[in-house]
Amino acid sequence: MLEKIWHDHVVVPETAETPAILYIDLHLTHEVTTPQAFSALRTAGLKVRRPDRTIGTLDHSSPTDPDQVFGRVPITVESAGRQIAEFERNCREFAVELLDMRHADRGIVHVIGPELGLTQPGGTIVCGDSHTSTHGAFGALAFGIGTTEVGHVLATQCLLQRKPRPVAVNVRGRLPDGVGAKDLILAIIGKVGVGGGTGCVFEYRGDAIRALSMEERMTVCNMSIEAGARAGMIAPDDTTFAYLADRPRSPKGAAWDRALDRWRKLPSDADARFDSEIEIDATTLEPMITYGTNPGMVLAVSGRIPTGGDAVFRKALEYMGFAPGDAIKGKPVDVVFIGSCTNGRLSDLRSAADILRGRHVASGVRMLVVPGSQDVKRLAEAEGLDRIFTSAGAEWRESGCSMCIGMNGDTVARGKYSVSTSNRNFEGRQGAGARTLLASPATAAAAAVHGRIADPRELMG
Amino acid sequence: MQAVRQIQSRTVVLPSTNIDTDQIVPARFLTTTTRAGLGSTALFADWRFDAAGKARPEFILNQPASAGCRILVAGNNFGCGSSREHAPWALVDYGFQAVVSTGIADIFRSNSLKNGLVPVVVDASTHAWLLANPGAEMTVDVERSEISLPGGRTLAFALEAFARYCLLHGVDELGYLLQQAGAIADFERKGA
Repeated sequence: MLEKIWHDHVVVPETAETPAILYIDLHLTHEVTTPQAFSALRTAGLKVRRPDRTIGTLDHSSPTDPDQVFGRVPITVESAGRQIAEFERNCREFAVELLDMRHADRGIVHVIGPELGLTQPGGTIVCGDSHTSTHGAFGALAFGIGTTEVGHVLATQCLLQRKPRPVAVNVRGRLPDGVGAKDLILAIIGKVGVGGGTGCVFEYRGDAIRALSMEERMTVCNMSIEAGARAGMIAPDDTTFAYLADRPRSPKGAAWDRALDRWRKLPSDADARFDSEIEIDATTLEPMITYGTNPGMVLAVSGRIPTGGDAVFRKALEYMGFAPGDAIKGKPVDVVFIGSCTNGRLSDLRSAADILRGRHVASGVRMLVVPGSQDVKRLAEAEGLDRIFTSAGAEWRESGCSMCIGMNGDTVARGKYSVSTSNRNFEGRQGAGARTLLASPATAAAAAVHGRIADPRELMG
Repeated sequence: MQAVRQIQSRTVVLPSTNIDTDQIVPARFLTTTTRAGLGSTALFADWRFDAAGKARPEFILNQPASAGCRILVAGNNFGCGSSREHAPWALVDYGFQAVVSTGIADIFRSNSLKNGLVPVVVDASTHAWLLANPGAEMTVDVERSEISLPGGRTLAFALEAFARYCLLHGVDELGYLLQQAGAIADFERKGA
């Protein structure tokens, strides 16, 4: 599949001296990683080559507080407000479509691409954000780039690239009840390690993957980068096509039929060659949670923190305030965050709401629920999920990256424990000194109810 | 970007593995709209400064021996995580011109090459020696894709011909891409 997509997008083939020139079908942009790229274009007197293949949204540093989003009060983080205003100016000047602060389609860049039907099988998709790997769930080659490369794509719709190595991740069997896509990808990262995928593109295969919904597949591909793989892919199938049918910007009529013909030819041939293969048995997995300061430091909620380890391992535990041999279950929690490009979609909110229905957030715990897009927010409200959250004592916000990256004022205080459905538990990721434990929406919601790390299966059904 | 041919410097050693770009530049500094000034305030901010903003004397970059060093030796998988180019911007702004490790994350590596920061991947035993000898005098020779260690030992490192050309001449890839406008237009016509 990687080979086919690559071949279809090579403008100039690679040689020993020069990388390939790869054509980019879709360029997603946001306020944080573009200002310097637009400045570079302006300095060089260049235009955006294909505004029709470029779209902007506001997510990373944008507020989630409705009063700030709808302009009733100024944006609290002043530098973020200036950055947002600059992005709005840049999009206007360079004729790039912007889903601005009050736009009904605004949301996290990796939530809106699929939701609008912009993300399509067989395409090349880039964004100045490492979680661009999300879009690979549709059988696209999608990866994160830096700001200089954002400038290259704006100016030429192309990138200089060497072909990455394809690696198969074979997930056999079915996930047990109460174990989801987030648990699966955390287990994969735990096995591969946070640098194990460097230079590679993961292609997730096997029965467990085929059984996942598109939203679950996005959760898996989203965190490929946490194993060091710049992209993750899943071959498109009827689940993919059903998701894309009738999306606002997916092909219509005869164009849809032609697209479908093309897309059905994408899956890797039976004899496709991979540089290596990673085997995962889905049937033995449990709800997973991280205990350290990278996503590879992960265990089952029933597990104990490993003993031994080197100085880096000890430093991570010291930062987290944990000791080797501790059970993770029962550890106290201060903050619970449901949201992000990993787990901010409707099915994620449903999963958390199922745990919270008729229950209450434990006293002393702050729970923040941030939908991945304004569309997710509307759909969740239409089925009453917002009322489940608010009557349980959680906060319900407008869409954005929020507490995953903590740029907009949604942060966790120093030393506090946060169970978060986001993708990174790095030191200070959710605020200087904050301690993050990554988990699924169900595990996070269970932690909110108990005020402690708990096995969500005890609150299910 | 500045052309870089040869870097001769003592090393600064950060032995931690998996140093992510959130450590190199914490997210709260990403609301900037320029490339400048990240070296003094943002680089390793939460390791360099305490909650009150005071320099932590135990952190290596706050020690006099680190002054003027241009080569950073770090643990495996340096620069993992976020795609933020602010990480190499901050390292270069601070004065670093090369990063040496057994593994450098893909996006960080790509971003570094576009900013005159030379990513040098070495074998485990060379790396172990560098970690054990902080402050060692070493040379990174871009033209020859080679490092030199004390005692005259030299070792080759992998550097793409195209990346080496860009580093040596201080040119951005954009010029090359713009020259291919004809081929890009042809491709677009074919695909439409």
